[in-house]
Amino acid sequence: MDTINYSIETENLSLWYGDFQALIDVSVKIPTGKITSLIGPSGCGKTTLLRCFNRVNERYGNVTTKGEIKILGKNIYDQDVSLLELRKTVGMVFQRPNPLPISVYENVLFGLRIHSPFRSLTRTQTDEIVEDALTSVFLWDDLKDKLKTRATTLQLEQQQKLCIARLLPLKPQVILMDEPCSALDAKGTLAVEELMSVLAGTYTFLIVTHNMAQAKRVSNECIYMFLGELIEHRETQALFETPEHPKTADYVQMRYG
Amino acid sequence: MNSTTEISAQDMFTETAVGKQNRYIENAVKIFFLIMTCLMILPLLLIIGYLFYKALPVLSLDFLFTNPQDNMRAGGIWAPFLGTIYLVVVSLLVAAPIGVFAAVYLNEYARDNWFTRIVNLAVVNLAGVPSIVHALFGVGAFVLFAGLGESILAASLTLAIMTLPVIIASTTEALKAVPMAFREACWNLGATRWQTIRRIVLPNSISGILTGVILQVSRAAGETAPIMFTGAVFYKAIAEGDIFAYNITDQCMALSLHLYTISTQVPDVTEGIPYGTAIVLVGSVLLVNAAAIVLRVYLRTRKKW
Repeated sequence: MDTINYSIETENLSLWYGDFQALIDVSVKIPTGKITSLIGPSGCGKTTLLRCFNRVNERYGNVTTKGEIKILGKNIYDQDVSLLELRKTVGMVFQRPNPLPISVYENVLFGLRIHSPFRSLTRTQTDEIVEDALTSVFLWDDLKDKLKTRATTLQLEQQQKLCIARLLPLKPQVILMDEPCSALDAKGTLAVEELMSVLAGTYTFLIVTHNMAQAKRVSNECIYMFLGELIEHRETQALFETPEHPKTADYVQMRYG
Repeated sequence: MNSTTEISAQDMFTETAVGKQNRYIENAVKIFFLIMTCLMILPLLLIIGYLFYKALPVLSLDFLFTNPQDNMRAGGIWAPFLGTIYLVVVSLLVAAPIGVFAAVYLNEYARDNWFTRIVNLAVVNLAGVPSIVHALFGVGAFVLFAGLGESILAASLTLAIMTLPVIIASTTEALKAVPMAFREACWNLGATRWQTIRRIVLPNSISGILTGVILQVSRAAGETAPIMFTGAVFYKAIAEGDIFAYNITDQCMALSLHLYTISTQVPDVTEGIPYGTAIVLVGSVLLVNAAAIVLRVYLRTRKKW
């Protein structure tokens, strides 16, 4: 059996918001089980590209796409693709931690509950799922006595880890992260990065970041985008040390803007 | 040396001429705003106080529970009181679900296109239509065209049409107050829009939605024009103390119309009766609004983000 080496592949992907073209012929392959970072100046289409991969872009209205996106080898624009199933497989973590205004326990279970028949989960099952998910993100010890507290009252770092934890019960393959550390302090940033390194391998990570040091620290591969185009995609170290494209060189050596 | 630095440090914080001027202006402005606030409250207190003083001789439980007597020159206000309750309840039963669910659709499902823009424009404009116009519409649409005749149903539907746009607007406000980030979180976990609404949006906006709906009670209870051609009558005796005394196909009395009638159309009314009627009308509305506030505070303590 063929192992899928690329979790995400796009072929000449273009996207328009109304008349504005936000992505121009992007062709990219994201390797399975690795951490890939997306860097580039604000407005270059990083977040837009990220949101294509679980098709959540379409909820924001007036979006047209052209080209092909394959997740785990399957074209996600095929007729038989259920968006709800796609979004289970491709999880998303946001810039600003956005736990739901319900308890920690229910946050972790939220995804699972909406995809399970009503009342089909027993208490023993859910206890175990919550413990597993929180343990995976190193939150269990901190929160095991606070499972009933409202998730929105936690510290930001805990909130962000919880946002990662709530994806896990759905058994995702790909986790998309949109500047996951920009609302966190230095300690929180390192904690989330460490978490990503531990979870990489099990999951494919694609992370948008404005922090180039972070891209260097966490990612195996790095993609530089500029004004909707993919400029360069290489191993992180190579991209930073010997950029091929002059625009990449300008950006990674901070000569941009 | 030491003493000179101390003196200058002490001088540093003394008030200058400009500072003094600013302080006077600051105080004057503050007092001006305070006076304006009092001017706003004063008429309300005066009105209620005056009504109470004048109504005191007639106010009693009997007043509430007996029908008007002697060509409305004596007796109580049972028939109009119950009529108003019927009109308000039936109109809200119609307007609240339609208004709330329409607002949910417009906010959570509809995309921004020409259709939703026209609907939103219609909502804003309907809210500004004078009540007498709603009354004429009610006569044409419900009394005559739909064949409901002059009845509680026709009058309530007219009131419902009048309150609907405001309910839609207030529900929209309440829904907009729920942060977009919660919806995004749900969608990205594969939740449908309904799951998102049911589990996250509604629980966090219900206090605002209910407040908006309840505040419409006062409008529906106070309006005279929309009901006087569609179902409210000058006089109709009903069984005293029986809350099921009206049938919704009946005509009914209503407090607002009754107040108008006994104040302007009937000579030699016992002096306290119009004031008592007004107190009951204002008092019920205030009571309902107070209930709305209590409910809102209660529901708000359960939501924090």
